[in-house]
Amino acid sequence: MAKSKGNPFPRVFVNVTLVVICLLWLIPTLGLFVSSFRPRDEIMSSGWWTIIPHKVWVTTEQFTPDPSIDRNGVMTFEGATGTFEELRKGVESADGDKRVVWIGNKRAGTVQVQEKEWSGAPATTLQNYHDVLAGKNVTIANNQEEAARKGEDMADAFINSMAVTFPAVVIPILMAAFAAYGFAWMRFPGRKMVFALMVALLVVPLQIALVPVLTDYVHLRLNGTYMAVWLAHTGFGLPLAVFLLYNYISTLPREIMEAAIVDGASHFKIFWRLVLPLSTPALASFAIFQFLWVWNDYLVALIFIGNVPGVQVLTMRLADMVGSRGSDWHLLTAGGFVSMILPLIIFFSLQRYFVRGLTAGSVK
Amino acid sequence: MTLLNPDADERSAELARARRRRNRALFTLLSGIIAAVVLFEGFFALRDSQAPKLVVALFAMVWGGGGMAILYLIANQLVEFTPSAWQRRLTPIVFVLPAIAFVVYFLALPAVRTFIASLFDRDGSNFVGLANYITVFTEPFMLVTFRNNVLWIVFGASFTIIFGLLVAALADRSKFENLAKAIIFMPMAISLVGAGVIWKFIYAVRDPSDVQIGLLNAIVVAFGGEPQAWIAMLQPWNNLFLIVIVVWMQTGYAMVLFSAAIKSVPTDIIEAARVDGAGEFKIFFSIIIPSIMGTVVTVSATVIIFTLKIFDVVLVMTGGQFGTDVIATQFYNQYFVNRNFGLGSAIAIVLLLTVIPVMVYNLRQFNKRETL
Repeated sequence: MAKSKGNPFPRVFVNVTLVVICLLWLIPTLGLFVSSFRPRDEIMSSGWWTIIPHKVWVTTEQFTPDPSIDRNGVMTFEGATGTFEELRKGVESADGDKRVVWIGNKRAGTVQVQEKEWSGAPATTLQNYHDVLAGKNVTIANNQEEAARKGEDMADAFINSMAVTFPAVVIPILMAAFAAYGFAWMRFPGRKMVFALMVALLVVPLQIALVPVLTDYVHLRLNGTYMAVWLAHTGFGLPLAVFLLYNYISTLPREIMEAAIVDGASHFKIFWRLVLPLSTPALASFAIFQFLWVWNDYLVALIFIGNVPGVQVLTMRLADMVGSRGSDWHLLTAGGFVSMILPLIIFFSLQRYFVRGLTAGSVK
Repeated sequence: MTLLNPDADERSAELARARRRRNRALFTLLSGIIAAVVLFEGFFALRDSQAPKLVVALFAMVWGGGGMAILYLIANQLVEFTPSAWQRRLTPIVFVLPAIAFVVYFLALPAVRTFIASLFDRDGSNFVGLANYITVFTEPFMLVTFRNNVLWIVFGASFTIIFGLLVAALADRSKFENLAKAIIFMPMAISLVGAGVIWKFIYAVRDPSDVQIGLLNAIVVAFGGEPQAWIAMLQPWNNLFLIVIVVWMQTGYAMVLFSAAIKSVPTDIIEAARVDGAGEFKIFFSIIIPSIMGTVVTVSATVIIFTLKIFDVVLVMTGGQFGTDVIATQFYNQYFVNRNFGLGSAIAIVLLLTVIPVMVYNLRQFNKRETL
């Protein structure tokens, strides 16, 4: 980069600030990710950041103090001095490399001598994922006993999410492409007005549409079916789809179109053989948008699927878990990650198309 | 005989052509009807199907994608059988009508229907005029809701823009541009519900005698403070802890647009300013910012719309308790929890009214571009 030559702006400052911001952005997700692999008891007893190697006090020696010591006064063990109350909390020795803790009550307690050691490799487990995916009741065979504990059925919700999302991405694409071509390359009365309607509808809040559509769905017995969500997402996604594809298709070179028309090709043929293949990047960016939007959607699913069992998508299951098992962090962290894995993969592998779609001017 | 009467021959050939043409048209029409019936039946089959979920989904993709393609194809062929004057009129209809029908049914028409519902009472049986709107603008709980939406817009949008600009400007000068951008961008792929879980873990609070497993409270305790229930305390500032989540998610969007805009600022202008001895801050504020002002407006509009409609985060984090309700959650609570259909509809209409300025701005921008 030529910019950097003679740049008076300290490069160190740039990089340090950037690293700090990136860490701030990364740490929340990292916490979730790390915690999802920690055993349940460890999640509840220590922060996830303690997996970073650090010095911890480890008990090296334990003894019953001499019964003759005055337990109401100041006592000294291994160079650490303090009253009973202080010792209960732990007192470090004068040179700081030992700590003494009184365990138990005043009369019959014991004394632990601790030394600092590096924390070992953190315990990891896949049990959380098993619990969150396997079903409502999970039995785990411990060494001694077989324990039943409550899990979650997120595997089922994962399949539901796929069943909801893929058709909701595929169905609107072709419809939007036809319409975008029509608006871009055909002349018909009312063209501008109708397209203005599309642009206006880009920002219309879904809330406005939920209730009337829901009323009709009840009459059609569509409530709680995948179909309900596919059709709704098709309708809600079309303005953005038409807008994005229009932006792309209307900039295709005029000469190509005119040459095709002179050759006597019909609009349908031009669209099918020429425009659709040329528009692949725009189609891809809309597909990613729609995928992320539908997969991550909570509101539409909540309204049109409601509490019908067996159809619930991931966002609904996860939100339910937050409500009903708010402190079961071993389930919430694993469940959260399960809900994110597919969009993250798609996002990072197709980021190029996503960015192109964003910069093409979306105002959803 | 044919040799003797070429006229008759031509006529009969023409008749045969016309007949074939008509037969083809009838055949296309028939196949169109069959396709429509099959698709229609497919609708019910899909609605009532008990087959494995992924099979249903796969079938739906074929039904939706393939069915659309076939209907378009047949409709187009039918149009091609009509005289060319009609063709010119009908082809655009075939192309744009399905999308328009969907959008009108799912978005435009419901706006009207919701508006009508907003003029009726809680179960839609009595006309009450504007009474629901009076409730919306006078009830204390609604005023809290509006205050929160203002907080969301002011803090959500401004922090998103500041961070977006900062990261875009810094990344542009760093060797780790792509990595940094990917990290900032990543939250955009996550659902708001998932982000809610992530941040709920950060804000987690436990009894002061327990070890704090929430990062924020652990930091506070490490510095000798008392653990706090961040999203319940200090109203209305607890809203800020929810707003942070959306800033975290939307900064990536702002950064991408700003980054593209900054890169398109002509380098010779910047170089010239540098030669004239302008400092980096001066260059940033008096050259770069003015030249990307259009993008700043676009990003602001998008983020404001997004924060106006915010729903998932609030519902997952607090359910609207502790004075954190926003318009969208209030709509949900009034309509689906309290079953006050009139008031719920009125809130939805108010939400629509708040986005109208952005709608008008979008239309203006679009018209300007089209006339160029």
